[in-house]
Amino acid sequence: MANEPIAEQERMRRFRDAALPHLDEVYTLARYLMRNTDDADDAVQECYLRALRYFDNYRGPAMKPWLLAILRNVCNSEFARRSRGEVLTDYAQDESVAEEMPIWQEPQASPEKVVLRQQDGATIRRLVAELPEPFREAIVLREMNDLSYKEIAKVAGVPVGTVMSRLARARAMLRLAWNAAETATARSGSGAAPGIAL
Amino acid sequence: MNCGESEVLVHALIDGELDAGHAREVEAHAAGCSACAAQLASYRAMHQMTMGGGALKETAPAHLRSRIEALVAAPASRVASMRSFFKPTRRSFFGGFALGSGLSAAVAASLVLTVIHGDQEQAVADEVVSAHIRSLQAGHLMDVETSDQHTVKPWFNGRVDVAPPVVDLTAQSFTLLGGRLDYIDSEPIAAIVYQRRKHVINLFVAQQLGVHESRPVSKTIQGYNVRHWSQDGLDFWAVSDLADNELDEFVQKIARAVPRSSNTS
Repeated sequence: MANEPIAEQERMRRFRDAALPHLDEVYTLARYLMRNTDDADDAVQECYLRALRYFDNYRGPAMKPWLLAILRNVCNSEFARRSRGEVLTDYAQDESVAEEMPIWQEPQASPEKVVLRQQDGATIRRLVAELPEPFREAIVLREMNDLSYKEIAKVAGVPVGTVMSRLARARAMLRLAWNAAETATARSGSGAAPGIAL
Repeated sequence: MNCGESEVLVHALIDGELDAGHAREVEAHAAGCSACAAQLASYRAMHQMTMGGGALKETAPAHLRSRIEALVAAPASRVASMRSFFKPTRRSFFGGFALGSGLSAAVAASLVLTVIHGDQEQAVADEVVSAHIRSLQAGHLMDVETSDQHTVKPWFNGRVDVAPPVVDLTAQSFTLLGGRLDYIDSEPIAAIVYQRRKHVINLFVAQQLGVHESRPVSKTIQGYNVRHWSQDGLDFWAVSDLADNELDEFVQKIARAVPRSSNTS
């Protein structure tokens, strides 16, 4: 009995060491799945609560996919609760992103290349956020979370072949959307078209 | 290699998932096909813009980080009561379980539609039945043969990723025969072997990716009865030629005994 608090502290410490380093990754996936910051916060918190509850049974080496899979279930539970309707929050209207979006008409003081890269980042981020599921999830798990195909397959509960075809579709859609965005900004005459032609 | 194959494999190439032989084939194809070469170049550029650690990665806001840190700094017994301090920021979409009691969390989880695992689920079910059939061949049933649960449980330490609950159901006339290391979906998995009369029951226990609770789902594969359910962060598969109602009884008894058993690990 007397040892219990120490054992409990030790368990907490192990959980902290294993799970906290992945917070940004978990949050990144939550942002793209939930598409708004408040819901992402809540999803991440619920994810860590569940992970903590089940940590005793966890002995695997790969903490990151485990956490991401939990997060994914949390988000799916939430979508199921909302009777299958995703929140129709437009990523581009989201304040935090809008702030990061450069005001294209303003002349920029920084070197041109850096400016272009920042704009590219904002553009591609918006395009990824606009991808339909399950393609958005596949691309985020691969690119932002840097999971292997096998890990994505486990997290998403589909065969590796499905992961490959989803990634191929996702990237094809992204490429189309990118080219469309490029044409649109070029036509607007601001000269602030994305810097890379795809 | 044709353009159709290249179109899919080009992504595996960019993602570093191809072996050297296939990588060479894709590159060789692209060298002779301008359309595929253009595709490879543009997908590569896109990958470089989006890949991990890049500008696209989000950083958890400070208020969230401190919430999570507070969560893991508190002893588990206090977490439940602390939760009430975490007010929903704007609305209570998650209020039902993220901020509710432990009980409502369980209820919410049980209401969740099990995300469609589709063919993966079926493939695993088939493998589980094959493993069961394999285990019935002479000399394949047990790696550790004992009816003592306190011998079977520690035997799995270091052999599988999970601490499988091993319960003694002798009083309910399910005899514990022992345990075995098996492979499902090319991962090591714990198999715990029980028997009722002459019928062998294999109970497969695996680490569950993505914690959710699900009630037992019944299947019949190649004449064997199969039950699959999830609880306490573990995935359970029970396979036997026992009659449906008897296997249900077994599943109920295991499901009821599991939480107690994992606590004593």
